[in-house]
Amino acid sequence: MNEQAERGAAGETGGRAKPELLIGAGSMDEIAAYIDAGADAVSFGEQRFGMRLPGDIPEDRIGDAIRLAHAKGAKAYVVCNGILHNEVLPALPGYLQTVAEAGADAVVFGDPAVLIAMRQTGVKLPLHWNAEMTSTNYVTANYWISKGATRVFLARELNLDEVIEIKRHVRAEVQVQVHGMTNIYHSKRTLLTNYWQHQGRALDGERLDAGRKLYLVEEERREEKYPVYEDANGTHVMSADDICMLESLHELMEVGIDSFRIEGLLKKVEYNVAVLRSYRQAIDAYAADPDGYSFDESWLEPIRRLQDPGRELSFGFFYKEQVY
Amino acid sequence: MAKTTVTRQQAAVRTVERPLYTKLKPGQKPELLAPGGSLEKLKFAVHYGADAVYIGGQKYGLRSNADNFTFDEMREAVEFANRYGAKVFVAANIYAHNEDIAGIEDYLRNLQDIGIAAIIVADPAIIETCKRAAPKLEIHLSTQQSTVNWQAVQFWKEEGVHRVVLARETTFEEIAEIKRHVDIEIETFIHGAMCSSYSGRCVLSNHFTDRDSNRGGCCQSCRWKYDLFEGGGDEFEPIPGEVEVNAHRTMRLGEGMGGVPLFPGEDPFMMSAKDLCMIEHIPEMIRSGVESFKIEGRMKSIHYVATVVNAYRQAIDAYFADPDGYELKEEWLQEIYKAANRPLNTGFFFGPPGHKDHIFGPGDKRIDYDFAGLVVDYDEASGVTTVEQRNHFKPGQEVEFFGPGGTLFKQKIGELTDEEGHPLDAARHPLQRVRFKVDRPVKPMDMMRKRTGKKA
Repeated sequence: MNEQAERGAAGETGGRAKPELLIGAGSMDEIAAYIDAGADAVSFGEQRFGMRLPGDIPEDRIGDAIRLAHAKGAKAYVVCNGILHNEVLPALPGYLQTVAEAGADAVVFGDPAVLIAMRQTGVKLPLHWNAEMTSTNYVTANYWISKGATRVFLARELNLDEVIEIKRHVRAEVQVQVHGMTNIYHSKRTLLTNYWQHQGRALDGERLDAGRKLYLVEEERREEKYPVYEDANGTHVMSADDICMLESLHELMEVGIDSFRIEGLLKKVEYNVAVLRSYRQAIDAYAADPDGYSFDESWLEPIRRLQDPGRELSFGFFYKEQVY
Repeated sequence: MAKTTVTRQQAAVRTVERPLYTKLKPGQKPELLAPGGSLEKLKFAVHYGADAVYIGGQKYGLRSNADNFTFDEMREAVEFANRYGAKVFVAANIYAHNEDIAGIEDYLRNLQDIGIAAIIVADPAIIETCKRAAPKLEIHLSTQQSTVNWQAVQFWKEEGVHRVVLARETTFEEIAEIKRHVDIEIETFIHGAMCSSYSGRCVLSNHFTDRDSNRGGCCQSCRWKYDLFEGGGDEFEPIPGEVEVNAHRTMRLGEGMGGVPLFPGEDPFMMSAKDLCMIEHIPEMIRSGVESFKIEGRMKSIHYVATVVNAYRQAIDAYFADPDGYELKEEWLQEIYKAANRPLNTGFFFGPPGHKDHIFGPGDKRIDYDFAGLVVDYDEASGVTTVEQRNHFKPGQEVEFFGPGGTLFKQKIGELTDEEGHPLDAARHPLQRVRFKVDRPVKPMDMMRKRTGKKA
């Protein structure tokens, strides 16, 4: 609770309290390991309602997962950010009730059906708005805040100036992805299955999920590999590079960004633990002495050692200009 | 065109027979909504039978490469459409960045003053500004919001949205479920190109070319060729040298990239979807209760717009003239093929698209017909038409005329003259006006096409 008050103050005082370090977890073991490595919060859920999770925590175990996170002093957010089709709507109110009763600290949503379902259940839970690449300006962020969102998770395609401007204008918490891959394409179509069938290949026993480690290379871009996988939500193509804002984290801390999200998808637990440890060091160092803070190159070393040589560590879109 | 199994179609139609909300009164036709990529295209769309046309302005719309309308052009468009009793909508469907916010209010007020009937919009920032600053504009929620379920539709209805354009990922069953629960106008696509992703959920262009797909910069990267590899981690050895990746080439990968190509020697992986075409399913579309049928294609040609609008207009009219006796006329389908540059399919309407609904080889098929001339005048006494040249043609050439209301006939061009009566050996110059006898009466704005390729 104290941490929450501290973070709440951050927006007003301009960043002296610590930002939250948040990562997605796909199992009870990951929840434990990530919190031990320094995560202040973990997010998890299941494919029915959430998208691009590192693993499913089924409904009958989600209470345990929430309690585990809490026992270790971390927050637990339940991810329901899918584009929801009619068939899952009947189960949604009951699911929200379950996670509310188990003490979830927030529900992450993108589809407005979640707001309707919340109203139906009468359950009151903080809501985090995540509409992926469409979460792009502060007026829209404030709109969803007026609908009940307590936090907005910004699009990964914004530059730093845009992020700062949004933070300045928004009446709730702002979350930014600081490390890992991003989703760059999401289709309802089963494009990998289609491709196999086009070749006349049998699909029995063929894995097309994230564990298979499939990737695409574009004709003109031979240095880049784009992970691709299929699941209940369709086909997902991920970025060729991993965002790594560690060096520039102080810029985000200076303006009081409330939550730093690590995207741990398609990475080994060992890698994510190293990432969490490094970001933890940076956050703690800055909080202890913001004016005297300087980035320590050695924090990057453990990440570099484990980084896939075929994937670049980049600043994502933070320092880019886009045209249209 | 490949047909889905009869059983699936029958099943889909059966589920539609529950009571549905619809704003259409008995006997009232759904709106046929056509793309107006330019002022000229808008005029053809309206003339060929569209009940409404959607256009883009100079700001806030996707398709930044279309001939987007100035306010003056919008005024002319509204005036023209009014003569036919048709409406004009403006697509203001970007996901705005902070820098786009400032001009929205003025822009929308202008649209309202001009007499635009509705904006097609995805971003709540633009929706809210519209409600506040331009309340006379109807708000149509864009397919960019990827609305697929009835509770989301309910949410937007409560927000004061007048109409929801559903995501293309909705089946007939899902549409029926939506229409069973929510009393609001629904618009669905009926024809044209489709994003293979959920609309709005693709930033391939941003990554490949730094062009923002959700603000008009989409460069259709989903239609490029890709190669599929296995092995994104350190357990795979880096690939040395050249590797055969598909049937067409080998490739040298970037340094440090490990893995094995999955289908060397085969077709590359593609994410390209075939174009939607529902003309063979007009009864199902009409029985769904959907209030507006949308044709995609602001970037497509006048020939496409006129041909496609004409075909759907005739089909819809024929259905309402005699629902029980309705039959698809083969010539409507043939007309569609003459304007199709991609293979066609029924999208998600009957269920998830399979591999046959995607393009894996060279996707674009050459259209075998070119727009060759526009009828500007017809003299009944002499049977002579004055045609404005839009492509080369000459005496002896076989051409085809088509126009609203079912005009469709072929003929060979006889003697060709200029407007003064001087004989010509060919119509060479764009917009040149020429005269020749036609076998049947034609009307201004009827169109003439010629076959291309081997039979040019």
